[in-house]
Amino acid sequence: MIRTIAKATIGSAAATAIAAASGSVASAADLKYVSGAVGNAVEVFRTLVEPWEQETGHTVSLVPMPASTTDQFGQYRLWLAAGNADIDLYQTDVIWAPQLSEQFIDLNEHAADLAPLHFPSIIESQTVNGKLVALPIFTDAPALYYRMDLLEKHGQEVPSTWEQLTEVARAVQDAERAEGNDSIWGFVWQGNAYEGLTCDALEWVKSFGGGQIVEPDGTISINNENAIAALELASTWPGTISPPGVLAYQEEEARGVWQTGNAVFMRNWPYAYSLGNGDDSAVKGLFDVTTLPTGGGHDTSAATLGGWNVAVSKYSENQEAAISLAKYLASPEAQKVRTLVASNLPTIISLYDDEDIAREQPIIPRWKDVFLQAVPRPSAPTKVKYNEVSAKFWSAVHNTLSGDGTAAENLELLEFELEELKGSGW
Amino acid sequence: MANRNNSRPIGRELDLEAQRRRAAFLFLAPMIIALFCVAAWPLLRTIYFSFTNTSLTDLYGGEWIGFDNYLRRRELSSGRVVWRGTLADPAWWNAVWNTVRFSVISVFFETVLGLIVALVLNAEFKGRGWVRAAILIPWAIPTIVSAKMWAWMLNDQFGIINDIFIKLGLIERGIAWTASIDTAMTAVLVVDIWKTTPFMALLCLAGLQMIPRDIYEAARIDGVHPVKVFWKITLPLVRPALMVAVIFRMLDALRIFDLIYVLTPNSKATKTMSVISRENLIDFDKFAYGSAQSTLLFAIIAVFVSLYIWLGRVNLSGEGNR
Repeated sequence: MIRTIAKATIGSAAATAIAAASGSVASAADLKYVSGAVGNAVEVFRTLVEPWEQETGHTVSLVPMPASTTDQFGQYRLWLAAGNADIDLYQTDVIWAPQLSEQFIDLNEHAADLAPLHFPSIIESQTVNGKLVALPIFTDAPALYYRMDLLEKHGQEVPSTWEQLTEVARAVQDAERAEGNDSIWGFVWQGNAYEGLTCDALEWVKSFGGGQIVEPDGTISINNENAIAALELASTWPGTISPPGVLAYQEEEARGVWQTGNAVFMRNWPYAYSLGNGDDSAVKGLFDVTTLPTGGGHDTSAATLGGWNVAVSKYSENQEAAISLAKYLASPEAQKVRTLVASNLPTIISLYDDEDIAREQPIIPRWKDVFLQAVPRPSAPTKVKYNEVSAKFWSAVHNTLSGDGTAAENLELLEFELEELKGSGW
Repeated sequence: MANRNNSRPIGRELDLEAQRRRAAFLFLAPMIIALFCVAAWPLLRTIYFSFTNTSLTDLYGGEWIGFDNYLRRRELSSGRVVWRGTLADPAWWNAVWNTVRFSVISVFFETVLGLIVALVLNAEFKGRGWVRAAILIPWAIPTIVSAKMWAWMLNDQFGIINDIFIKLGLIERGIAWTASIDTAMTAVLVVDIWKTTPFMALLCLAGLQMIPRDIYEAARIDGVHPVKVFWKITLPLVRPALMVAVIFRMLDALRIFDLIYVLTPNSKATKTMSVISRENLIDFDKFAYGSAQSTLLFAIIAVFVSLYIWLGRVNLSGEGNR
């Protein structure tokens, strides 16, 4: 408390001094932007905000948080509940808007020109009861990464179904190990019991034609034969084509195995593409990406819609500067830079036809295919209960994967628990 | 002495007594106020929250709902009766069982190992000061750091522990220590014992050094076997210090959070009371329900400690040991 007051006093004294000296700049705000730090997020952020800092005279520093979105959410929740004024902007996950809408300001008015440039579905996902809670800065849809060199060497095709993937991964892994490459694994993904497993498992279930856990109208659909078949296939992977430790992997652990050249396939987000082609990568130039497979005779695949947005805290003391930064980060210019340096997917429709992007990051226009099959997590219908729904889902899946109960048993139990959680309505 | 006291006028003595009490209270007041602000007030508030339907978004808008967060009876339209609330929640009881199991096993091993280390350190040898300082290192590392460090060491692909075991030919392929339900608890226990044994050793050592040397000398002159010396002299004399050390550790172990939150946050094999109540408080938007679990956690710890003091006849006042 005392520190805040002292800081405010010093801050305003400094601001007065600057205003007196220059006469033009009203006040230079020092903003705090909080975000999870995956891969090279910190460096990317610096590159991005430099032009904005020069133009406005404000400064902004990044407060890096753990990579796990569940951990970030817990911390933000606490800060916001306590009315923390130290953080001005929050980078928010696509699923958080309904849960945190009360504590962010409405950006509708401020972004009236900007919002229509974005994919309408993404803007809609950030709108809660007519309030625009956050502005999208990049979107995310995972893809299947595969090693071109290994598939070619062993005469295998790129799989289009999960069943094929299981076979190909096994064949390549066995052949490689027979040649003495002991540390190779077939397929790495995110199997830790956290939000990421909800994403992975939703893709299996949806691409098997098993629905999306809770349908948009609020009905609980998870206990069905297709979903059971999907989880049964997935539960054969740990220990055969995937390392047993995959059940503790998040994005970065999977990328660790992949980027050291120890996996044939990987399911991951686009950020791994530019990192995988970095100079320190063992798989540089050896891999390509494609849409995730389908399964169980179903014909369309599924990619869980991810993505990050920027929201302005209601408790910020520098709201004007913060809004300016939020708008800048969501603007076509900033998104273009972000796409070029970090291979993040833009949320601005026109950027998918941008020439520079097509030349520098040829992967991005191709990601349009992945994006067309994107499936949202059930955060909209389940509202504030989403986190619990997701935790129950990932626990059921994690139990199935680690051999604690069969898929049928666990999904039946999950259905019952979700019914109970839903009560008379979400 | 007694004579002089008797000859003193009674009124003055009371006066002096009252004055000393007042002075003592004045000296204690800052501490009592500080304790009230940082311990009693949050505790009372948590207990209050557990009887309301408060949510984290609106901390002041909760309404009183009685014991519903603990236990409530609901009759379904079919006439079937179901029980809801923390006390009827299998996830909660799983967490209680995990916590108790963790506490008992870890404190047991830490006490035994700590005592052994203390006995070694109590012996006279060259460089004893250095060894004493060195053995404290695991205790001095912040838990988050050591938990992260162990997470890497236990990693199935890059971890040094699997590497050592594979090179020794004990296992063929890396074991996913923290991921597998069977080994998760063992992994957490190993890390906790590694971390906290030095603390126990230090407390035991303090107890050992209180034992007068001449008792040992007498025993040696009488030719008593060293094992008998340990059971008949060392252990009974170090027991009061040991009992206090065990209470400290038990209190700590029952509310274990950081280590498990970093190492195996969502595994149901290791989820403890603190972890599950945090999950409800913050992640699940069930602030009041989580408060009820925190309150129960407090009650369970209180019961454990009272039972232990009563059964062990521990004298916490420090008198009567002499």
